Amino acid sequence: MISQFFILSSKGDPLIYKDFRGDSGGRDVAELFYRKLTGLPGDESPVVMHHDDRHFIHIRHSGLYLVATTSENISPFSLLELLSRLATLLGDYCGSLGEGTISRNVALVYELLDEVLDYGYVQTTSTEMLRNFIQTEAVVSKPFSLFDLSSVGLFGAETQQSKVAPSSAASRPVLSSRSDQSQKNEVFLDVVERLSVLIASNGSLLKVDVQGEIRLKSFLPSGSEMRIGLTEEFCVGKSELRGYGPGIRVDEVSFHSSVLLEEFESHRILRLQPPQGELTVMRYQLSDDLPSPLPFRLFPSVQWDRGSGRLQVYLKLRCDLPPKSQALNVRLHLPLPRGVISLSQELSGPEQKAELGDGALHWDLPRVQGGSQLSGLFQMDVPGLPGPSGQGPSTTAPPLGLGPASLSFELPRHTCSGLQCSPRRGPHIVSELCQACDGAIPRSPWSLLVHPALQGEGRYTGERGPRG
Amino acid sequence: MPYLGSEDVVKELKKALCNPHIQADRLRYRNVIQRVIRMPKLDQWGQAEVLNFLLRYEPRSEEELFDILNLLDSFLKSSSPGVVMGATKLFLILAKKFPHVQTDVLVQVKGPLLAACSSESRELCFAALCHVRQILHSLPGHFSSHYKKFFCSYSEPHYIKLQKVEVLCELVNDENVQQVLEELRGYCTDVSADFAQAAIFAIGGIARTYTDQCVQILTELLGLRQEHITTVVVQTFRDLVWLCPQCTEAVCQALPGCEENIQDSEGKQALIWLLGVHGERIPNAPYVLEDFVENVKSETFPAVTMELLTALLRLFLSRPAECQDTLGRLLHYCIEEEKNMAVRDRGLFYYRLLLAGIDEVKRILCSPKSDPSLGLLEDQAERPVNSWASDFNTLVPVYGKARWATISKYQGAERRGPELPDTASFATSGPLIPEENKERVQELPDSGALVLVPNCQLTAEYFEKTWFSLKVAHQQVFPWRGAVHPDTLQMALQVVNIQTIAMSRAGAHPWKAYLSAQDDTGCLFLTELLLESENSEMQISVKQNEPRTETLNSFISVLETVFGTIGDIKS
Repeated sequence: MISQFFILSSKGDPLIYKDFRGDSGGRDVAELFYRKLTGLPGDESPVVMHHDDRHFIHIRHSGLYLVATTSENISPFSLLELLSRLATLLGDYCGSLGEGTISRNVALVYELLDEVLDYGYVQTTSTEMLRNFIQTEAVVSKPFSLFDLSSVGLFGAETQQSKVAPSSAASRPVLSSRSDQSQKNEVFLDVVERLSVLIASNGSLLKVDVQGEIRLKSFLPSGSEMRIGLTEEFCVGKSELRGYGPGIRVDEVSFHSSVLLEEFESHRILRLQPPQGELTVMRYQLSDDLPSPLPFRLFPSVQWDRGSGRLQVYLKLRCDLPPKSQALNVRLHLPLPRGVISLSQELSGPEQKAELGDGALHWDLPRVQGGSQLSGLFQMDVPGLPGPSGQGPSTTAPPLGLGPASLSFELPRHTCSGLQCSPRRGPHIVSELCQACDGAIPRSPWSLLVHPALQGEGRYTGERGPRG
Repeated sequence: MPYLGSEDVVKELKKALCNPHIQADRLRYRNVIQRVIRMPKLDQWGQAEVLNFLLRYEPRSEEELFDILNLLDSFLKSSSPGVVMGATKLFLILAKKFPHVQTDVLVQVKGPLLAACSSESRELCFAALCHVRQILHSLPGHFSSHYKKFFCSYSEPHYIKLQKVEVLCELVNDENVQQVLEELRGYCTDVSADFAQAAIFAIGGIARTYTDQCVQILTELLGLRQEHITTVVVQTFRDLVWLCPQCTEAVCQALPGCEENIQDSEGKQALIWLLGVHGERIPNAPYVLEDFVENVKSETFPAVTMELLTALLRLFLSRPAECQDTLGRLLHYCIEEEKNMAVRDRGLFYYRLLLAGIDEVKRILCSPKSDPSLGLLEDQAERPVNSWASDFNTLVPVYGKARWATISKYQGAERRGPELPDTASFATSGPLIPEENKERVQELPDSGALVLVPNCQLTAEYFEKTWFSLKVAHQQVFPWRGAVHPDTLQMALQVVNIQTIAMSRAGAHPWKAYLSAQDDTGCLFLTELLLESENSEMQISVKQNEPRTETLNSFISVLETVFGTIGDIKS
C-alpha cells in the first residue's frame, strides 16, 4: 500500500507528484526526500529511508528517481518490483523514460497512475488492460536524429556500423496506433546478457557469471499469438543432453507468467500472446563453464624502479572475438597507488584515450575489432611510495595498491556461444528461432607479479526480429 | 482492499479469512484457497496480496498445513521475486514447528535470491542481499558454495559493496577462506576509504576463526603506510588481541612504525592501548609513548590523553626504568595544566594510587589481557529461523534490526492515540488466533482470545472499592526465589497491558502489589501479589467483575508467563 508516489529528476526537481491516501504531509515530501538522499552518511543505503513514520523507497531508472512512500512495513521486493514495472509502463506509453519525455507527457502519466493504483493499492499493471482506459496520446519527441546513432540501443536502435537502417522502435510509444493507422505490425526480440568474470592473476578463470534475458517489444495488435522457438539443443541444467552436439546449456531458466510451456519440453517452443509493450519473456543464468572463449584477454607487465619512483605499466589487450564482430565503448580501469603525479602514454591507436582520475587510470577504446590486439604503455612517477619491505632498490614487483584491473564493454550483435535470432515466416504466426547466447567479462585480482585481469559488464544484443 | 479481479472467489476469500466460522470448516476453507490461488487471472500483485492474507490463517491440523503448503508450492517458482519471497515467508511461518520444512524452503529460495542478488536493478539487489544476511544468521553455511556471487564488481554502488563484504564475512568456511581473503585483500586498497576500511574490518572478523592468515594480510597492509588503512588495521588488531590471545606475538611484531601513520583519535587510542597492555613485548614501546607525551599539549581528543595515562602506567609496571620519567611528566601535565576535568581527575587518581604503593597499583591495574570466551559467545549467536520468520520480506532486514528498533519505537510513540491499529498491520502482526489458546478455542469456537486493553486507567480509590466488593475468583501460588525488583516487574507487566496500582518498596516484608487489567469486553481483573519473606512462593489472588472462567485462565497464564520471564532474567 503506497501513500504517495513521485518522480524526481536527477537534480531533484519534482516532475510528477501523486498522493493516493492523503494521510501524510504535502508536496514538500519530495524535497525532503531529495535532501535526505543527498545528505545520507556514506555507510547507509539510500534504497529505503525513513522520516517520522514514513518510509521512502525508491529506484533509479534512466536518471530519474521513482519514489514511493508508505507508512507500513510492507514487502520491499513487491514494492521495488512495482516501481520498476511502473518505469517500464511509463516507458511503453511515453516512448522512452527520461526527464524530457515525462515532462512532455505529464497528463498521460497522471492518467496512468490513476489507473494503476487506487487508494495506494495496485489495480493492474498489464498494458492490455490499461489500454482501454488511457485516452491521452503520448507526445513523442524528435522521431529520429543522427545523434542517436552513436550509441547501441535495444530493439532495433542499431549503430552506425551496422548495415541496417536504424529504427526508432526503442523510443516509440506503444499506443500511437489510435490516429496512426499505418503503423507497422512489428515485433522486436533481443537477447541481453550481463556478464561478470573474474580472472586470477595467473590467468585462470575464477568466476564466470552470465545473467541473460530474452526481451520482447511488441507492436502487434493484442491477442495475436506468438511462438518463439528455441534451438532444440537448448539444455537446462548440468545433466540434460539434447540433440547432437553440446548445444547451448544454461543453469536455470524462469519464464514470464504469460508464457505457455506445453511445447517447451518436447520442442523447445514458447507460446505466448504478448501484450503490447515491453516484456521479459525468459531469464536464464549460467555460471562457470562457458562454451566459448572470453571476448578479451589482458596481458600486463609492470616495471617498477623503486629508487626513482618510476612505474611503468605495459598493457596488451587481445580481443578474441571473431573478426566480423567488434566491441564498443571498451573502458579499462586500473587502480593506481596513491600519489601518482604524472602520466606519459604511448597508445597503439589515435582514437584511444588515457587519463588519470579518481586514483585510477582510465583507458578508453571506442572500438575494438575482433581478432585485433591493442597495447598501451604508461609511465608514471610515484614519489615516496614504499615498496614491499626487504627488496632491493630496483624490482619488478609491483607496488601495493596497483590493480586489479577491470574492463567494461558492449558487444553488439555478438554472443559468445553463438546464440542468434533468426526469422521464420508463417501465416499469421511470427516465430523466431533463437539460440542461446552467452557473453563474458573478465578481471582478476592483481597479485605479486603477474596479470591484472579484467572485469566488465558486457551487453550483447541480438539481431532485430522480423515482422509478421 | 486491492483489486484482484472481479471474481466472486476473491470476495469469498476475503470473507473466509476474516471469519472464524469459515476458518473452522476445513473443507470449505481449503476449497476457497485452492480456487483462489489457481485463478488464472490473478496477476503477481494479486498473488502477493493473497499470500499476505494467508499469513493470518492458523491451520487446524498438520494434515491441513501440508495441504496448504502443497497447494502453494508453485508460488516458490514464480518469476516475480515479490511472490517468491511472499510465499517463502508464508512457508516459514506455517511450518514453524517443522525445521526440516523450513530448511527445504530456504534451499528452494536460494536460486531466486541469488538471481536477485546479481540483478540489474541495484535496489532489488540490495534488498536481496539484506535477506541473504538474515538467512545466514540462522544457517551460516547456506550460501558458502556460492561465495563467488558475492564478490564485488567495480561499478557497483557503495552500499551494495558494503553488504556484499558483510555477506562474504559470514559465509566463510575452510574451503573458501583462501579465495575470500584474496578478494577482500583486493578491496582494502580501494579508492574509497570507507569501503577499504569496511574490508579491513571484515578481515578482522574472519580473523577470529582463521587467525594466522588474516594477521599476515593485515600486517602486509601496514606496509602501505596510508593513514586510513593503518588506523583501521590497528583497531582491528586491538579487538583481535583481546579475543584471540594466540596472535599477540605476531601483532606485537607488526606494530613498530605504525605511529607515524596514525592521526585520528580512534586509531591513536587503539595503538596506545596495545602499547600499554603488551608493551613488554614491543622493544620501542616506551619511546613511542614518550613521543605521544611530548605532543600531549597539542592533543585535541581527551580520550587519547586518558588512554595514554592508563597505558603509560601499565607499562611502568613492567618496564619501570624506561617509563618513570615520562610518566612523571605526563602526570604533572595532567594535574597542573590540563583543563579537561575528566583527564585531570584521572591523573590525580593515578597519582594517589601510586602513593598507595606499587603492589596496590599492580593489584588494581593488572587485569586480564584477553578474553577468548567473548569470541566464542559471539559465535554461538546463531538465531533460530522462527526468530526472524515474521520479519522476512518486510522492511526490517533492509533497515537492519537495530535501526528498525529505533524507527519503530519512534513510530509507536507517534501512533499511540485514539487511532485504532489499522487492519493491514494486523494482517502482518500475527495469526488471528493466538497459539496458546488454540485448543480452548476449538472447544468453544465463539469465545475470542483474551485481549487486554492498553491504557486502562483505574484510580486507586476505585480499585479499592471494587476490590472489597468482589470475591476472590482464583488463588494460586508461583515459585519465587530471592527479592523482587519492583521496577522490572512493573515494566514487564506494562508490556502485557497490566497496570500496577500500588507496590511495596523493594525488600519490604511482606512484599505486596496490586495490579489491574481490563480486556476488550470490559471485564476487569484485579490482582493481589503477596510475597512472604519466609516462603519462597508468590501468592496471587485474582478477582473478576464478571465470572468467566476461560478468560480468567488466559489471564492467569499471562501472569505466569511474566513471572517466568522475570525469573529467567534473575537466574
